[in-house]
Amino acid sequence: MFPKPIEKQPRAAQITYQAMLPLALLLWLGPLLAVALFSVKPAADFTNANYWGMPSSFEGAFNYGQVFFNSDMPRYLLNSFMITIPTVIGAVALSCMTGFALGIYKFKSNLWIFFMFVAGNFVPFQILMVPVRDLTLQLGLYNTKTGLVLFHIAFQTGFCTLFMRNFIRALPFELIEAARVEGISEWRIFWYVVLPLMKPAIAALSVLIFTFIWNDYFWAVVLTQGAESQPVTAGITSFNAQFRAAYQLMSAGSIVAALPPVAMFFLMQKHFIAGLTLGAVK
Amino acid sequence: MSVVDVSDQESWFHKNQQRIAPWLFLAPGLLFFMVYVIIPVFQSFNLSLYEWDGLGAAEYVGFRNYEDLYWEWVDRDAFYTSLKNNLIWLLLYLAAIPAGLFIALFLNQTVWGIRLYKSLFFFPFVISQVVVGLVFTWFYDPTFGLLNEFLSLFGLGPLNVLGDERFVTYGIIFAGLWPQTAYCMILYLTGLNAVDPEQIEAGRLDGAKGFRMLWHIILPQLRPATFIAFVVTIIGALRSFDLISIMTQGGPFGSSRVLAYYMFEVALSEYGFRMGYGAAIAVVLFLIMLCFIAYFLWSMYREERGH
Repeated sequence: MFPKPIEKQPRAAQITYQAMLPLALLLWLGPLLAVALFSVKPAADFTNANYWGMPSSFEGAFNYGQVFFNSDMPRYLLNSFMITIPTVIGAVALSCMTGFALGIYKFKSNLWIFFMFVAGNFVPFQILMVPVRDLTLQLGLYNTKTGLVLFHIAFQTGFCTLFMRNFIRALPFELIEAARVEGISEWRIFWYVVLPLMKPAIAALSVLIFTFIWNDYFWAVVLTQGAESQPVTAGITSFNAQFRAAYQLMSAGSIVAALPPVAMFFLMQKHFIAGLTLGAVK
Repeated sequence: MSVVDVSDQESWFHKNQQRIAPWLFLAPGLLFFMVYVIIPVFQSFNLSLYEWDGLGAAEYVGFRNYEDLYWEWVDRDAFYTSLKNNLIWLLLYLAAIPAGLFIALFLNQTVWGIRLYKSLFFFPFVISQVVVGLVFTWFYDPTFGLLNEFLSLFGLGPLNVLGDERFVTYGIIFAGLWPQTAYCMILYLTGLNAVDPEQIEAGRLDGAKGFRMLWHIILPQLRPATFIAFVVTIIGALRSFDLISIMTQGGPFGSSRVLAYYMFEVALSEYGFRMGYGAAIAVVLFLIMLCFIAYFLWSMYREERGH
């Protein structure tokens, strides 16, 4: 193990390390902790310029209550879920199939199609912006959740295919050959042999795509406008405009908006990290 | 007769199953990807030769949009600023890689509670950039921001980072480095897990330690992690949009624009719907990205041949 395990070092080094850990963390998360502190302060603290002192009273329940019962925030949150979940299902379903096709079969254009998915996944959003917005308008899906979902599914399929194909490549190929010798059809091989083995990859991709889509801001701004279809990342800007200078509410709103992917990460940490490393680092 | 036909078809399908099956599996994903990603890239290229307000008829203008961009470059106007800032982003964003490695080395221990520490250090990456932008806008705030509270301890400041043309881009990049470093850190932590302990022992016997050990024995084994960190950092730097949009909207006086933001501004904001001009900017950004995409694909191709 590198660096040298701290247990094997002198007592003084161990104590220093143990003391530095929480300090470093405090420093690292400082800006975030500040927002958390803001979110439980009363409005009076800000007018009295008591920014960094103890809250003069604990108003967490009131502030978060305002966010949930007196703003469009619940609407935005619901929109985010209604955009994110179908996207995850769609992108994972499509890429299970494309990944299977590119990972199992040998045909001439295989590598080219694979590279097309990979390259497409890296293009800047701006080069897609005008045509995709135009297409969405023509389909009558501008400012709808469906329009956003369809685009997200298509775009995420690039990354998901990369991931799934590499994962399937690493599966024991003898399994598939054995099934073929038995005369099992290709569709059944996919469904009964390969898909059950892909569960870890599906889990990893699902949490990862959930986070990506939840946090998307650019496409939300380009393809949607009002509270009826905007997800929370875009909604928070109108929320902030509504509560301009009400720092305690803006903080509470931000924390609420940031929470779902954070919860997802803590619940599914192992899968999440497996996904982030694109399966290339074990 | 029809019965025979069906069985004929079936046996044809059966015989050629392995040739047809991949295309059936590919069809839905490929169709989506073509319609929403591949074709729009070409449409943008085409559109960049037109002048179009998004509603009326598009007028063919040849390379005039690119000429205009050229003159903006010569006049040190918005396009020049954006391109320059993109370059700064690219260079400084790479700092996330050594910073991530440093934190990973710091956290690669087995003391009590270290798993929780690792997760909490990873936190910034999971949060949306919109929130990161907001958090750092307040961090830099000249009246109450933590940065100025800190500076005033030394009798310095107040410093209005986001309101000063000299500092604004660096301030935003610093905010962006926060989540990006967390990402690189997790890549390296996973990589460090897989480092071969025998090589470390062999290195120790040869008297290697500290930085020499890191450079000669650890880093070569971390190459896959470094490659991915490099890929995601470059992509992240060129995609920078959210933070700029939230923190400064390109200001003050357009000094924090990058190509991604400038394009959006030209095509979709109150400055007018100049779709063709926006497309031309997007094409420039795409061509820059294409150099890196080609390099990534080339690396992947070599890897594939190696197998």
